[in-house]
Amino acid sequence: MSIKMKYGAALAVGLAMGVANAAEPGSETVSVKAMADALHMVMDSDRTIYTKTIVNRLVKKEKVIKASEHYEDDKALALPAQMFRFGSELVAERASKNPEVNFSYSLQSLWPVNKQNAPKTDAEKTGLKYVVDNVGKNYYTTETLGGKKYFTAIYPDIGVAPVCVACHNAHPDSPRKDFKLGDVMGGVVVRIPVEG
Amino acid sequence: MAGAIWRRGLWLIWLLATAGLVLWLAHTMLTESADKTVFMPGPLTSGHHQLQLDCTACHTEPLGGGEVLQQACVDCHGDERRKPFDSHPVTKFQDPRNADRLGEIDALHCVTCHTEHRPEITARDGVTQPPDLCFHCHVDIAEDRPSHRDFPFDGCKASGCHNFHDNRALYTNFLIKHLDEPETVATAVMPKVEYVELLDQLPGYPLMRYPVKPLGRDEADVPPDIAQDVTGKALDDWAATAHARSGVNCTACHETAPDAQGVTRWTDTPGMAACEGCHALEVKRFGKGKHGMRLAAGLPPMQVVEALLPMREDAAHATLTCNSCHPAHRYEARQAAADACLKCHNDAHTLAYRDSPHHRLWQKERRGDLPEGGGVSCATCHMPRVEEDVNDWLTRVMVDHNQSANLSPNSKMIRTSCLRCHGLGFSIDALADRQLIDSNFSGRPSVHVKTMELAAAEAEHRASEAGDDDDTSMFGF
Repeated sequence: MSIKMKYGAALAVGLAMGVANAAEPGSETVSVKAMADALHMVMDSDRTIYTKTIVNRLVKKEKVIKASEHYEDDKALALPAQMFRFGSELVAERASKNPEVNFSYSLQSLWPVNKQNAPKTDAEKTGLKYVVDNVGKNYYTTETLGGKKYFTAIYPDIGVAPVCVACHNAHPDSPRKDFKLGDVMGGVVVRIPVEG
Repeated sequence: MAGAIWRRGLWLIWLLATAGLVLWLAHTMLTESADKTVFMPGPLTSGHHQLQLDCTACHTEPLGGGEVLQQACVDCHGDERRKPFDSHPVTKFQDPRNADRLGEIDALHCVTCHTEHRPEITARDGVTQPPDLCFHCHVDIAEDRPSHRDFPFDGCKASGCHNFHDNRALYTNFLIKHLDEPETVATAVMPKVEYVELLDQLPGYPLMRYPVKPLGRDEADVPPDIAQDVTGKALDDWAATAHARSGVNCTACHETAPDAQGVTRWTDTPGMAACEGCHALEVKRFGKGKHGMRLAAGLPPMQVVEALLPMREDAAHATLTCNSCHPAHRYEARQAAADACLKCHNDAHTLAYRDSPHHRLWQKERRGDLPEGGGVSCATCHMPRVEEDVNDWLTRVMVDHNQSANLSPNSKMIRTSCLRCHGLGFSIDALADRQLIDSNFSGRPSVHVKTMELAAAEAEHRASEAGDDDDTSMFGF
């Protein structure tokens, strides 16, 4: 082959690879904010369905079963907060093996039943207050924890079903007993590790 | 001149000694059967000392580091390190918001609190952290629980109060549920073991070859070439057991697994693998306790004389296998429940058993004066009947052959054993009384743990806080 033909062949191969890669599905990018919003939409919807169609219907409406933190001992339904947390724990287990989709989420509140779920980091404290004071808006920021940088999103968590409000108002460890249906009771915190 | 020769001589001695030491250490490290305990920087805790013959029981890779060790812990202990058996599972700490707490105490790794080879800093239960470690995360507990305002931080783990891992008998709602219980329940009985009834649901049980029906001596299924060696006693022993009553005869145990060509052979000495074929759950639990952990690690069986607890001298060289408690052919579980233990164990608690009220009840049961399950043998408390998952769809009541599972902290014994017959407050007091334990519960508890009073106060506080229109009956509090 002549020099020109070799160069031509190399150029053709390079172009072909470039075109092939650009066409490969899944290489398009979304912003980290869109990813957090999408994740929250799924986790919130799943928990809403669980709370409305299972917990509220069977516990409050039909009164055929209790909901309890110690659901095994009490032969009861797991609480929606537990369903949410067990999901996040399973995600933590799976995501730790897959750095491309590593993220974490948790449920916190300014009026938590369990004090360990009170806001800890500055972003959490600011964000939880923000979603209470600014109805319908989310809070976005970045944080550095344990030497790693995260995009942190905080979404308002609303009492959507009568059981939400009834249980928190009656719980002995709840610091607030005057929640009403539709109140912001806390926030979902989603964290996605980012570079730089 | 003499000095130079002397120095050269010293150099030569040093060289030979070093070479000799290196060769000996290398030989020890590389020879599979050599005693590698010379490499241990310190002895192992009583929980693991049986494994010192094999470094690779925990150090599965030579330069593996923290994650390899963590996996070794999880491989044996992982089943109980999740809810509801663990109040502090790893999942509690994985969220990045806990990063600052993990900087103070790394709760993601077992060795943070359970380091081996450091006897100088090791306390009870192999804990190598100071007793007030709870303050790292719970320093403001007095705000949530005003009743705890005057309690010291090194008293969190006092008997009957809190355990780091297993609080199943001690969480507040459980205590409240069991307030005002009598010390002893009148007609207490242990749950019955489930096995024969479930055989058709056990995957892999060879029902086709061994259908469940009573067998006579002539149905022992001894191969003709073995028959002349089989003693009448062996057949008599077998014929009196549940094996014979359930269709399990000689070949069920004395036949090896099929080899590559699918051929089976008779073996005079079936090992643990023969039991495992049908009793896999019991064998698995046996391997997790101090009786069977050597066998589970592929090491030679434990010898009684190697135990750290006081043992009878006449049992010194007995080895621990399934047959130690269930003799070959006469698999009599009732004898295994107490008589077998007394053959080896020689500590205060064991020696006091024969004169104890629990033993009197056991004798009544064996005479028939109490219904089955009404007496208290060693196994009643130390190998209790528990519900264990066979697989995702089946649970059965079985004898937990891991006698170490509920030993320490001893509040783990409350739900598996004590609560079957006694009230919760009484059980907590009894388990906190070391002298009472040593006398094998001959007498009444002389200590009182305030746990139930604190729970009663909390229950009252909740009742007074509840509004008139609060319908809390549908919730678990």
